[in-house]
Amino acid sequence: MITLTHYMALSALLLAISVAGIFINRKNVILLLMCVELLLLAVNFNFIALSRFMGDATGQVFVFFILTVAAAESAIGLAILVVIFRTRRSINVQDLDVLRG
Amino acid sequence: MITLLIFWWLALVLVGAAIGVIVSRNPVYAAMYLILSFVTSAVLWLLLEAEFLAIVLVLVYVGAVMVLFLFVVMMLDVNVAAVREGFTRYAPIGAAVAVIIVAEVLSLVWIKASGLPLATPLASQGGDHSNTREIGLALFGGHVFEFEVAAFVLLLAIVAAIMLTQRQRPGLKVQDISAQVKVRREDRVRIVKVQAERDA
Repeated sequence: MITLTHYMALSALLLAISVAGIFINRKNVILLLMCVELLLLAVNFNFIALSRFMGDATGQVFVFFILTVAAAESAIGLAILVVIFRTRRSINVQDLDVLRG
Repeated sequence: MITLLIFWWLALVLVGAAIGVIVSRNPVYAAMYLILSFVTSAVLWLLLEAEFLAIVLVLVYVGAVMVLFLFVVMMLDVNVAAVREGFTRYAPIGAAVAVIIVAEVLSLVWIKASGLPLATPLASQGGDHSNTREIGLALFGGHVFEFEVAAFVLLLAIVAAIMLTQRQRPGLKVQDISAQVKVRREDRVRIVKVQAERDA
C-alpha cells in the first residue's frame, strides 16, 4: 500500500530536482521562475500528504493559500521580466547589473 | 496493489517531467514539461483524495499561470545559446546540492520522524465524503481573515502587474481624457460678428 513515506520521498526528490534546476539555469530568469514553481509544488505535496495522513484539513487550506500567493508571485515576476526585457533587450541575469550589487 | 502500481508510474512521470523542466534548452519545452508535471501532480493528489486542490491546480496553474508563462516566453526574443552558456560548469554543483538535499530529507523522513504515521496505509474516506466541504469548513471556520488577505494579495498582483507593464511611448497619438474633460466652452467656441448682407 502507499504510505506517507512514499509521498514524502517523492516530494523530497521533486524539491532536490528544482533546487538543482536553480543552480543549472542561473542565467535564465524564466527558467528560474519555473523552478520556483516546481519547488512550491514539492512543498504542496508534503502539505497535502501530511494533511491526509494526519486527518486534518488545515494543511489543505494552507496549500490553497500557497497556490494563491504563487500565482500572484509569478504574475508580478513575469511583469517585471517584461519590463526588464523592454529596457535592457535581454533577460540574461549577468546583464542585470544596473544596481551594481 | 494496483494503486501502488499507479503511484509508481505517476511518480516516474513526475520526476521525468521535473528533470525535463530543468534540462530543456528551449523555454517553451520547459513550460510544456512543467504543465506535464502539474497535471501528473494533480492526478497524484486525486490518489490522495484531495480532489478540490487537484482541480484547482489544473485550473489555476495549467489554465492560467502556464499560459502566462508561455505568453511571456513567446513575447520575449530570448537568445537561447547565450542563456545556456555555463550549463555544464554549474551542472556538477547542482547535482551535488540535489543529492545532499535528497539524502538529508530522506534521512529525516526514515530515521527521525517518530510520531508520524509513516508506515500506515492511507485509509479511504468513503464514497460520500466531500473534500470540498471539508476544506470549506476549515477555510471559513477559522481562516476567514487569511482568506481575505489572500484576496487582497490577488488584487495587489493585478494592480502591480498592470502598472508595471503599462508604458507610454513618445509620439504616440492617444486621447488625453483629463484634457478632454477639462475643456471649457470658451476654449473651443468663438463667436464672430458677421455683417448681414443681402444677395445682389
